[in-house]
Amino acid sequence: MLRVENVVKSFDDFTAVNGAQLTVADGALVAVIGPNGAGKTTLFNLIIGLFKPDRGKITFDDKDITGLPPYEICRRGIARAFQIANIFPRLSVFENVQVAVFAQQRQSRNFLQPAHTLARAETNAILESAGLQHKARHIASALSHGDQRILEIAIALGSQPRLLILDEPTAGMSPEETATTMSLVKQLAQTRGITILFCEHDMDIVFSVAQSIMVMRHGQTIIQGTPEQVRQNRQVQEAYLGGADA
Amino acid sequence: MVKALVEPRWLVATGVILIGLLLIPFGAPLFYIYILSVIFVTALLAMSLNLVLGYGGIYQFHHAVFYGVGAYTVALILTRTSLPWWVALLAGPFVAAATGLIIGWFCVRLTKLYFGMLQISLGSLVWIIVYRWYDVTGGDNGIHDIPMPEWLTTFQGAYYFILAVVAVCVGLMFLLIKSPFGATLQAIRDNPQRCEAIGINVRHHKLIAIVIAAFFGGVAGVLFATLERSVFPGLLFWVLSLEILVMCLLGGWFTFAGPLLGAAIVVALRTVASRYTDYWTMVLGIILILLIFFLPEGVMGFIQERAAAKRTAPHPQRVEERSGS
Repeated sequence: MLRVENVVKSFDDFTAVNGAQLTVADGALVAVIGPNGAGKTTLFNLIIGLFKPDRGKITFDDKDITGLPPYEICRRGIARAFQIANIFPRLSVFENVQVAVFAQQRQSRNFLQPAHTLARAETNAILESAGLQHKARHIASALSHGDQRILEIAIALGSQPRLLILDEPTAGMSPEETATTMSLVKQLAQTRGITILFCEHDMDIVFSVAQSIMVMRHGQTIIQGTPEQVRQNRQVQEAYLGGADA
Repeated sequence: MVKALVEPRWLVATGVILIGLLLIPFGAPLFYIYILSVIFVTALLAMSLNLVLGYGGIYQFHHAVFYGVGAYTVALILTRTSLPWWVALLAGPFVAAATGLIIGWFCVRLTKLYFGMLQISLGSLVWIIVYRWYDVTGGDNGIHDIPMPEWLTTFQGAYYFILAVVAVCVGLMFLLIKSPFGATLQAIRDNPQRCEAIGINVRHHKLIAIVIAAFFGGVAGVLFATLERSVFPGLLFWVLSLEILVMCLLGGWFTFAGPLLGAAIVVALRTVASRYTDYWTMVLGIILILLIFFLPEGVMGFIQERAAAKRTAPHPQRVEERSGS
């Protein structure tokens, strides 16, 4: 489904991603791990088009998407939830998701129909699967941190993606919020058939959820394989799992 | 649970106000009819700016250009050609929208303050052309005694015409901000980067918003020309842009009716203040300073906040203060 080949991205004289390789199969739950500064977030930004790679190629459904603008990549079926809660603070929870549904339905240039009668079913379904339906009318900025992060995922779902990219979905969450979020992620993969690519610091979560794990270090891919293969890889053990960052 | 677009009590209130406004010319002195007309025109101008400013988060620092272009279009067509009056009135908003398209096309490449600075520069370019091109625009003299149909030259006729046009435009703008486009525009204001990530072409939407705002600004300009029957370069000078910016901030730029209220307050104050002083802009400056300190959400924002606080008593649902730049 998604292939990242030899992608390189530098900022001034710092090379954040230096020849990353990644394959995401249709329907899979794939994790990217690596120490802080390994280039995981930059890699995600390259995939969704926020940055243009200096070299390398990114294909989605065998079509080249390298360097396309973010809105174009989103329309092809890739959505991303951000590491920090990246929401629309002055809009209600409902509107936050609805705006994404409008964009997906190509309704965002609809000028004269009242918005509150449109895309209700889709929006409510997403809010329900995210467990936010009873907070639909709250102003987004008034939500708790955990709820904002869930809303963040719900906005990404509004784009009806086939590939959902989650950047540390449980960072800064309480253990209960973490459990809720991860069960949501698993449920999305299983019941909606959404392919999921995520990065995460919590190794327990990664090794229990992911079917395939890609390990990054200094912007490079060390290995991508099943959790078992990754666990037994000597380079990974030296570089990461045994290291101070784990 | 489908909510109506407007709560019934607001619909009733709007109806009552409109009927009241329709009756005013039967009793009020001509001077008040004229001042109300000025308020309507100015309110439309401020509300058109707020479409992009408050709802789009676009720093349109030189909105008066579109007002001036609309007014000058009417003046030039009616004094230099033999086209009928209604062609001139219809042409004004479209020429203003076209100007918005050209200026906006350059400006949407930039964001925030850089957008505003470029917009002031390009707008001032239009101003200087109008100001110096004596052969066509009359330069700093402007154009006076614009011929208008008989019924529009009376204060009452102009009042009803302006009231009708402004009411229709305000209605259209209300529908616009309640539409999916309006919702998307507010999302762009809140978080443009996130909008790109959910598949919205942010530049394109901003440009559409600027063109629409310029159109309604042009309508206001046309109404000014019909009311005053003269135009002058001050209509597209940056000081006027500042004034309407203050109206939006004063009334409340995150509310729909705020700029209307702001325009009414500023026009009323200007009318009173200019009896006593030549330095009206100084009064405006003091208002701006007080506003920043005491009513950062504007008068309407303040009222809404109070109303919301009363409704939800101790519930801290207050919308977080967003940094401006």
